[in-house]
Amino acid sequence: MSVPNHPAETPVPPVPELDLSSAAVTERPPGVLRSGLRLWRTRVGLIFVTILVAIALFGRYIAPYSESKGIALPNQPPGETRLPSTFGSGYKGQDVWTRFLYGGRPILISAFLATVLALFLGTLIGLVAAYNRGKLDDFLMRVMDVILALPQIIAALVVLSMFGATTTVIVLTVGISTAPRIARVVRGTAVSVVERDFVAAAESLGESKTRILISELLPNVTAPLLVEANLRLTFSIGVIAGIGFLGFTPDPSAANWGLMIFQNKGGIVPNHWGVTLPVAALALLTIGTGMMGDGFSRATGGIDRARGDA
Amino acid sequence: MSNNLGVVRFVARRLALGVLTLLIVSLVVFGATQLLPSDPAQSILGRNATVASVTALRQELGLDQPKLTQYTKWLKGIVTGDPGRSYAAKVPITSYISDRVVNSLFLLVLASIISIPVSLWLGAHSARKRDKTFDNVASNVMLGLASVPEFVIGIILIILFSTRVWHLLPAVIQTDIGQGPWTNMTGMILPTVVLVLGAVPYISRTARAAIIEVLESDYVEMARLKGAPERIVLWRHAMPNSLGPVFQVIALNVAYFAGGVIVVEALFNYQGIGGALRDAVNTRDLPVIQFLVMSLAAVYVLTNIAADVATVLVTPRLRTRLQ
Repeated sequence: MSVPNHPAETPVPPVPELDLSSAAVTERPPGVLRSGLRLWRTRVGLIFVTILVAIALFGRYIAPYSESKGIALPNQPPGETRLPSTFGSGYKGQDVWTRFLYGGRPILISAFLATVLALFLGTLIGLVAAYNRGKLDDFLMRVMDVILALPQIIAALVVLSMFGATTTVIVLTVGISTAPRIARVVRGTAVSVVERDFVAAAESLGESKTRILISELLPNVTAPLLVEANLRLTFSIGVIAGIGFLGFTPDPSAANWGLMIFQNKGGIVPNHWGVTLPVAALALLTIGTGMMGDGFSRATGGIDRARGDA
Repeated sequence: MSNNLGVVRFVARRLALGVLTLLIVSLVVFGATQLLPSDPAQSILGRNATVASVTALRQELGLDQPKLTQYTKWLKGIVTGDPGRSYAAKVPITSYISDRVVNSLFLLVLASIISIPVSLWLGAHSARKRDKTFDNVASNVMLGLASVPEFVIGIILIILFSTRVWHLLPAVIQTDIGQGPWTNMTGMILPTVVLVLGAVPYISRTARAAIIEVLESDYVEMARLKGAPERIVLWRHAMPNSLGPVFQVIALNVAYFAGGVIVVEALFNYQGIGGALRDAVNTRDLPVIQFLVMSLAAVYVLTNIAADVATVLVTPRLRTRLQ
């Protein structure tokens, strides 16, 4: 009975000297984008959004009929249409499936452009207010309060009634009324960044204000900005689909998911598909962007989505 | 005594700021309507009107006066409760609007009465069962509800409860103007539920976060250690100190309701201010648009002030700072 003497047999290889201090400096934590995409909710959200964006942008190329072609009497269920149709006909006897494939693009493009405009304006105003403080800060934030005092959909209704519901007016109205919400978040985050040493260092090096805003402050507010962008896209889709539902679209004869729900609401009993398809699309799209926003906010660590968004 | 004085001064300052905000809003609203390409007198009388009758109407409406005079007259009218006459209905706005305001307020109050306790209950239970199944399910459902536009939620409910699946509830509300909506409570169920589902995610989420913070504090630990049952700890000890942020989000949701009623009223053919605003927008009935927009802005500003004051009153830390 001999007991093997293990420790003596395998010599421990020398541990290479690790310079931990330099590693800690050079190795940055994974970005919000990447750590957010590791969560299942962000991925599921991304899948929903990708499918719906694909339908909205490219659906028209696989549509069986042209956008305005009548295929049957109004509100006929599938199987009772004059020309073959999977989902029946809508309020004007047009093919529901075709109208559905055409109807996402106007909403999606306006919502995207409005969010981009809001992000640009909101970030600019938020950063300028946080950096300058004092009277300029007070003035800018008061202007933001005035815009916030009007519920978005009401502001949109009034402006659209005056200037007509063109895509430009829709994008400008929704973008400008969304900007204050972003400006508040950006200002709130940037106020504490302004106090930090590297900003003072940049100032003492004589960097210009623009440069400090762009290369010192902006990189430090990107995480909440990413969360906010998703949230605002979600709400912009809702508002733009909502004003479409109320009858304000650039082209009343063109297909539009919001307007389509309103138009086919009366025919819901004979053929529900005219309502069900756009409703499902809008629900999945907004749930998708919402899940992505939630995933990113979890990745940034407890940014509370419930700041209240009226 | 000095304590009260501080609170009074705080309320006065918030009110002054609110009035200032509303003044700027009024300038924006009045200024924006001046940008309109069409002349209101011309559009009321139609294309066939003679020049003389248009001039006469312009005089009657005061459109020939300087802009500043028009603005001050309009503002004075709104402040003194005489906002003028509707162009389209040709009656004083107050009598044209009052029944609709009552209808919308009824819907709004009903939705608030239900959504606030439901949200507090949901937030409190999610906080107590933090990261357990109840909390996870609730937070995912709330995330979905918060993302989907309210008219989409409304349509889904109509498909489920009044047309395709079950025939339980009416899809439209048949109430005449002047006939109180409370005479048709089954019709009120769906519109109220839509608004409640739109508000509960935000209030409950804020309540959850605030209660979790308080539940981790020392004095709650103390209450538990002295043997207080968890139910008492939650509702008597933790809840009162979580109300500050909750008030803020409730105020934001009253403002949300003001926008939400427009869509919900359109969805259910409900005769409220949403319908009035839509009609006014379609007929370019300027005095009605201006009045409704100003009223909604005032509701927003006032609820925000009320929330700020309520927050200060329930938070001893903030109250003493005002002394």
